[in-house]
Amino acid sequence: MTGVLPVTLEESRKIVQALLLGGKEYVCVMKLHGDAPKQRIEEVLNEFQGEIYQRPPLRASVKRQLRTRRIYYLDFLEVEGRNVLFRVGCEGGTYIRKLCFDVGEVLGCGAHMQELRRTRAGSLVEDEAVTLHDVAYWFMQWQQKEDVEILKRFVQPMEKALTLFPQIVIRDSAVDAVCHGADLTAPGVLSLKTGISSGSITVISSLKGEAVALARAKASSEQIFQMVHGVVAKVERVLMPRGTYPKGWRSGKTANEHEKT
Amino acid sequence: MNRNVAPWTIHRETLVKAEDKTDPSYGCIPEERPAADYLKFGIINLDKPAGPSSHEVAAWVKRILKIEHIGHGGTLEA
Repeated sequence: MTGVLPVTLEESRKIVQALLLGGKEYVCVMKLHGDAPKQRIEEVLNEFQGEIYQRPPLRASVKRQLRTRRIYYLDFLEVEGRNVLFRVGCEGGTYIRKLCFDVGEVLGCGAHMQELRRTRAGSLVEDEAVTLHDVAYWFMQWQQKEDVEILKRFVQPMEKALTLFPQIVIRDSAVDAVCHGADLTAPGVLSLKTGISSGSITVISSLKGEAVALARAKASSEQIFQMVHGVVAKVERVLMPRGTYPKGWRSGKTANEHEKT
Repeated sequence: MNRNVAPWTIHRETLVKAEDKTDPSYGCIPEERPAADYLKFGIINLDKPAGPSSHEVAAWVKRILKIEHIGHGGTLEA
């Protein structure tokens, strides 16, 4: 199986959980075990759009319990003999091998996954993917010339992989508190994206566009926009090292001393 | 909101609550990080070849770049 595989380097490995949650798109060749009319294949594929139930396959890296996954779209592309080509956009954690098997069951003739290519993982798309050869070549070039522009040919800032998560931009003075795992409160918020609901995974960003943390929203975009105080989001994963920004809050002894003066 | 809409087709507006400035003396715009940090906070959108597992491919990248830690998001079976 080939296609988009997001690889995280050093610090950016902290975003892996977000990458797993992100939606995926694949192009797949499904092999039917019997003949089926084209129209029937298209009908059955259509039925698999929306919410589906899946039990992870025997060889899976997760607990094998029935779970639901969302199929955003499932587009029939072409059929040649018993090979069916389709494109599918789905929630992270959808097993396409399982999807093919299930489509085969509904068709009645049986089917299995023949070929799979991932064309998208969240905001990362196939057109911008680099090969292992590119990585080896450009890294060698970079070592010789030490020009950061060469690195940019095959490495992207981790923020690029998080653009599909709604963003909450915060003040410089709130950054270090979030880096220490503090919940984000309303006064720290400068701007935010629409479409956030309570429970959404959001990216807390600095004004410079750096990802500070992944956080779970405690209110909707509209509510956060109106809020004057209170917790806006609970930090799930801190991405920025502590101390990158100065400490904008006081505690313990220093706080007491400050009050006296 | 229609929950069957793929995340990459959702259009979001920005709601501005307050304005503030950022101090250039700390932090860094992601695209302008110095080389060492650019790599450290970087990701590679890799086109995985057929054959080796996602894990093996990640290990190769780790060896090519001579770095300590590597991870990958979303296993693509061999």
